[in-house]
Amino acid sequence: MSGEKRPFSFYVLAAFFGLFVLFLYGPMSTILILAFQGPNGGLTFPMNGVSLRWFQNLFEQQAVGDFGGAFTRSLILGLMVMVTTVLVSLLAGLAFRRRFLGSTVLFYLTISSLVVPSILVSLGIGLAFQIVGWQPAWWSSGFGAHLTWTLPFGVLIMFAVFNRFSPAYEEAARDLGASDWQTFAHVVLPMILPSLVGVGLFGFTLSYDEFARTLMTSGSFNTLPLEIYGMTTNVTTPVLYALGAVTTLVSAAAILAALAAITLIGKQRKKLGPS
Amino acid sequence: MRSMVEEARRSMTAIEAPSDILETPAPTMRRRASRRLASYLQAAPLALILGAFLLLPIAAIVIVSFWDYDSVQIYPDFVTLNYAETLGSWVTWRTFFNTVKFVVLVWAISLFVGFWVAYFLAFHVRTVKMQTALFLLCTIPFLTSNIIRMISWVPFLGRNGLLNSALVDLGIVPAPLEFLLFSEFAVVLAMVHLYALFMVTPIFNTLVRIDRSLVEAARDAGASATQILTNIIIPLAKPGIAIGSIFVVTLVMGDFITVRFMSGGQSASVGLMIANQISLLQYPAAAANAVVLLAVVLMMVAAILRIVDIRKEL
Repeated sequence: MSGEKRPFSFYVLAAFFGLFVLFLYGPMSTILILAFQGPNGGLTFPMNGVSLRWFQNLFEQQAVGDFGGAFTRSLILGLMVMVTTVLVSLLAGLAFRRRFLGSTVLFYLTISSLVVPSILVSLGIGLAFQIVGWQPAWWSSGFGAHLTWTLPFGVLIMFAVFNRFSPAYEEAARDLGASDWQTFAHVVLPMILPSLVGVGLFGFTLSYDEFARTLMTSGSFNTLPLEIYGMTTNVTTPVLYALGAVTTLVSAAAILAALAAITLIGKQRKKLGPS
Repeated sequence: MRSMVEEARRSMTAIEAPSDILETPAPTMRRRASRRLASYLQAAPLALILGAFLLLPIAAIVIVSFWDYDSVQIYPDFVTLNYAETLGSWVTWRTFFNTVKFVVLVWAISLFVGFWVAYFLAFHVRTVKMQTALFLLCTIPFLTSNIIRMISWVPFLGRNGLLNSALVDLGIVPAPLEFLLFSEFAVVLAMVHLYALFMVTPIFNTLVRIDRSLVEAARDAGASATQILTNIIIPLAKPGIAIGSIFVVTLVMGDFITVRFMSGGQSASVGLMIANQISLLQYPAAAANAVVLLAVVLMMVAAILRIVDIRKEL
């Protein structure tokens, strides 16, 4: 098979795929370069020298508003959403393995959480808080708004995982006298751990970058995407790109950490495994 | 798959049955009852969160859409004025039409791009390792900020951007093209950039599950490459196409940030109209529009589900 000659269509599609990847990464790379624009450079090429000036600018409070605060809030919120998404999705995934009264309704409710436009979630939570008389805040209403976006992804991933999960392992564990909890902790959990890391990655990055659902639910303090959006209307220097570079770096770090964790789990398993 | 699990469980109870004669049936029954309770406890967090942050908020929107308002605040009431105003205004209809135009364009382009990217990954990449690596390469941008990804078009498409400089330098156009950035063209381009992955992933998932022997059999029976594509691969990829379409259609229908930023305020969408009303504190008007938008989105999803049954995919 691998020695077979590639058909002509392979080269056409490979070129198409290459263009697609270029389309995805090309624009992104230009702002990563322009973030190092010289002190007198503008928002577009050519580069007017190379400097770290715009990165310094980022940490001067008056230049770009409360970057540090917004960044910290987004980071904390992302971690809160990540932990909650992993726990709730895992539990729901376990529940959906058995049919129970209302399981279909709950499943469709989860799907509709993906389908309902973000601005509706934002508006609805904002209005609900207003009706009840609560102050919206990023850690309460914003937190809930983000969960309506991350949970469906988490639950669907767990759904796919458990659909392919053979109950034979658990039966074997139970035959050997393991309790329900031991079966879960020592058999099920280690097997699905890589998928849980994936769910966590989704939970963090989707929350960290969420804009529409935060719009009416963040209260008086901005999260980072709101801060960036505010900047696009009144900042006309490459400091915008520097901010873009820094937040992209955080997302990239999260992705790399997740991939490293998954690889590590795989290696560990190979070491412990019989062959 | 689910039915297999069901069957396995049923056969297990069949095996357990004889032992019931030896001991009392009470422990198994109690165990089953506790399992059922466990299901409810495990599902409860998800149900509570979605109830509180999805169902109640939508109920709040529906309620407020019947409220009255002035320039200062909103009043509990039961008026249908908000609906009459929005449905009676031709601006609303034009905005809906414009949004649907974006939906059709972005959907068609994403479907074309998404299908061929997924097809390449599923049928032309030979090792699973390489498939995973290339798929990850496509996924990574999706995990970064949408706003940054939009901003990143500025140095490329702007008046003095890379594309315009290149076109002018090569003598293809005499002056920089103005329509590249802050136009409907830019909106569609950015949306495809943001949402194409939602098409790639589900199509890729259905394509890798197609039994290769079907393709082999068709080839042995003398089918051409086009016949294999239209008679085997596309019909089997339909559920993936449907799931991807639901994602893209609902994302574009509700989008306001891409339209606002990439059109430079020169184009409208329903989401943007709602966002503007929110910023003017006209919540009941925004709520009425939101209810109409939700109804339209749900009808579109229902239409897609009528054409393709995706239930067996889940």
